[in-house]
Amino acid sequence: MSVNYGSKRTVVGAHYGLRDWLVQRFTGGLMAVFTLILLAQVLFTQGPIGYEAWAGIFAAQWMKVLTFSVIVALLYHVWVGVRDIWMDYVQAVGLRLTLQFLSIVWLVGCAGWAIQVLWRL
Amino acid sequence: MTELARKRPQFRNINVFTDVRTYRLPAAGIVSILHRVSGALMFVLMPFIIWMFDTSVSSEISFEKFKAAFNIGLGFAPGWFIKLVALALIWAYLHHFIAGVRHLWMDATHAVTKEFGKSSAVVTLVLSVGLTVVLGAKLFGLY
Repeated sequence: MSVNYGSKRTVVGAHYGLRDWLVQRFTGGLMAVFTLILLAQVLFTQGPIGYEAWAGIFAAQWMKVLTFSVIVALLYHVWVGVRDIWMDYVQAVGLRLTLQFLSIVWLVGCAGWAIQVLWRL
Repeated sequence: MTELARKRPQFRNINVFTDVRTYRLPAAGIVSILHRVSGALMFVLMPFIIWMFDTSVSSEISFEKFKAAFNIGLGFAPGWFIKLVALALIWAYLHHFIAGVRHLWMDATHAVTKEFGKSSAVVTLVLSVGLTVVLGAKLFGLY
């Protein structure tokens, strides 16, 4: 039999462990950058921040596009995280699947709402 | 042989009901479980976060409603309670953010020594709690 350990190990399974790990880093990184950009815009606003200044931040087209990407990234990021929680603590398959299904409904609903708010600005 | 086999150390998952009180979790372990707790909290409170986004950006009128929720209250919930929930979210975001950057830093630089694990975990806890106190004082109008 050929070598099946170390770097030669045959990786079996669905392969989504590595993919989700990587996705979690990229989506997290994007959200971190977004946080800093938003924070910078708030801090560099002249005078007190009223409605005009706050809504104005999100009204710019590039900010809308960026916020949209962040909402999608958040959707994926939270799905990976919440799915991990269910997989770790809920062993009963039926209950776990139900919770995972409800999590998707919850997340897609929330993302839809957030995008709706963003798009009518 | 059988004697040796019997004395092998056992490794098992800690049990939440019997081990948590006595289990001496290192700083990195505390950061890790709080990363999960803060993430779960933000997941559960997501509609409130989007509600804040919605009311604060949609119109002048909704912006006033947003401010009133914190100063007067929202429905049956008094203003201080809304502020408290917002403060919990502030902590959750700060902790999740800093612990996440710590992860990214470790992955990018391979800085995974025992010492760095501990020192960076302590920095994460101090920064997240410290900033939460500072922002919380601002939120409740202490300065």
